[in-house]
Amino acid sequence: MNDLAIRIEDLENRFGDHAVHEGLSLDVRRGEIIGVVGGSGTGKSVLMRSVIGLQTPSHGRIEVLGHEIGTPRAPGEADIRSRWGVLFQGGALFSTLTVAENVEVPLKEFYPDMDPELRHEIARYKVSLTGLPDNAAAKYPSELSGGMKKRAGLARALALDPELLFLDEPTAGLDPIGAAAFDSLTRELHETLGLTVFLITHDLDTLHEICDRVAVLADKKVIAVGTIPELMASDHPWIHEYFGGPRGRSALMARGGEAQGLGSKTHGLDSPNPAKA
Amino acid sequence: MFFAHSVDYMAPDCDFLLATDADGTSTLTLSGVLTIAGVGALDHAMRREKPQFTNLDISGLEELDTAGAWLVWRLARDAGAQVVGAGEKAERLMSAVKCCSGDAPIAPPRAPPMIRIVETVGLVMIGLWQGSGAILSFLGALICALGNVIRHPSRIRWTALVRQTELVGVDALAIVGLMSFLVGVVIAQQGAVQLQQFGAEIYTVNLTGRISLRELGVLMTAIMVAGRSGSAFAAQIGTMKLTEEIDAMRTIGVSPMEALVLPRVMAAVFMMPLLGLYSALIAIVGGATISAFTLDIPFFNFLARVQEVVPLIDLWVGLIKGPVFGLIVAMTGCYQGMQVKGSSEEVGLRTTQAVVQAIFAVIVIDAFFAVFFSEVGWI
Repeated sequence: MNDLAIRIEDLENRFGDHAVHEGLSLDVRRGEIIGVVGGSGTGKSVLMRSVIGLQTPSHGRIEVLGHEIGTPRAPGEADIRSRWGVLFQGGALFSTLTVAENVEVPLKEFYPDMDPELRHEIARYKVSLTGLPDNAAAKYPSELSGGMKKRAGLARALALDPELLFLDEPTAGLDPIGAAAFDSLTRELHETLGLTVFLITHDLDTLHEICDRVAVLADKKVIAVGTIPELMASDHPWIHEYFGGPRGRSALMARGGEAQGLGSKTHGLDSPNPAKA
Repeated sequence: MFFAHSVDYMAPDCDFLLATDADGTSTLTLSGVLTIAGVGALDHAMRREKPQFTNLDISGLEELDTAGAWLVWRLARDAGAQVVGAGEKAERLMSAVKCCSGDAPIAPPRAPPMIRIVETVGLVMIGLWQGSGAILSFLGALICALGNVIRHPSRIRWTALVRQTELVGVDALAIVGLMSFLVGVVIAQQGAVQLQQFGAEIYTVNLTGRISLRELGVLMTAIMVAGRSGSAFAAQIGTMKLTEEIDAMRTIGVSPMEALVLPRVMAAVFMMPLLGLYSALIAIVGGATISAFTLDIPFFNFLARVQEVVPLIDLWVGLIKGPVFGLIVAMTGCYQGMQVKGSSEEVGLRTTQAVVQAIFAVIVIDAFFAVFFSEVGWI
């Protein structure tokens, strides 16, 4: 069986004359949490939108869970959209529906024959699974705080028990306590449900805390993929600045890493394998 | 094991088998794949059959997800049965879902219809009362802003005023012209049909000329401006309210009343009489055009006759109403825009309200004007 969840080959995205991606390739393994980082405007969100089919690339091939995006599905194949869940940056909850009704939308769409009672039950446990209190199920998105909206968005993303979860800046706009709680929730769900997680983030703490591997977007392509120690060994100026800058160092120290280890390329790193780009 | 009684059901992905032992323990055995795609069918079958069992054997399940784990756990709970043969993954999934066994409502409770009707009527009444107070205070704030600007003329936002004048007035010329021309055609044609019965078709000129200048020109224009500009004001200001642009203005010391509302209201007040007059003239041209074809009244004779039969007072009536309608339309739009808070849904709601209220208010005020002008003898 194919052990890759996502395979991106030679992707090119172009808006007019401006190329966002050129010759971008990236493989995401099944069961890992991959973090995608990059400066503002390097096309992290465009990359995610290409993978989930919201943006048609000008060139290249994207395969998700063995299905090539942009092609009709083979007979007997489950709709790829029922096998992934997406959490948008602001939660993107439907504002006219309550949280539980939001979770029920994908269930109704893909399994219209399901008994309404069972659907309510599923919506309820999904809501509590994401750490929301029971009474949040009957609330409208406008009554929720930013952190609760993200959790509710996550509950909807998990509605169909997906194999693959896309998170777009899940901790942006949350206070540090809320962000840490969301990180551990992601980790916990990843372990319990065996999810593959594709995570776009700026949050260095999130990267250190939960990501198995990190892909760095720069110069219109993925310049490096690897564990954080592997990446820190790289001498690309942006990567060096990103992980070695003041915020990168403090995030590392919070993890109990050795701050002085940053100076050298080999000392204090778990695996000296060069990152494959 | 001795099967005293056994039933075999078929579900698309998940098979189940109910077996009763000699000693009275009955076991429901699940096998196959129990995931979100299959829980619906199994749940239906269970609701239909309502089997009684004391053990739930899931050792035969090849695949299980949280939805399946939930169903297994719920079936066991409802039957008071024990789950046996759960693997490590199944245990983990079940412990993840069973912590949330609550039956919390999924939508806020709704009161019975009779109470809801009374409640809605009450809320609408309170809303009307508070709304009329709020719009009066908005008018007050607008007059204060106008007073400030008059005392310090350097604070007039000329660029915004000219821009809004263009949007409200110049850009509306084409659509208002087309609408007025057609309205003029309809009045003259329909009027002529009725008047012909009395041999009085020459009075078509009086009908078209007077009604256009006095009533329809300015009224139809007000409705059009409410739909074009009143809604735009509400949506623009409402969106600015959502993106906190208005709060940013206030913290910098710029009054949104002076910067946003006043230019829009002034533009509408200036442009409405002009548009109304333009509309009335085009309607007369429309009437003259159709009359030339169907009534054999030459085009220019029609126009000359309009000058003879329409008193100047009709022109003044139309021109007096114009600024009042402009004020109503622009103020309603800006007021509703300023009331937006919370979600983007509210922008749409407030925009609709702005248009509906503006048109309603314009028609009510127009009725008052009609009675008023008749009473003072401007007939």
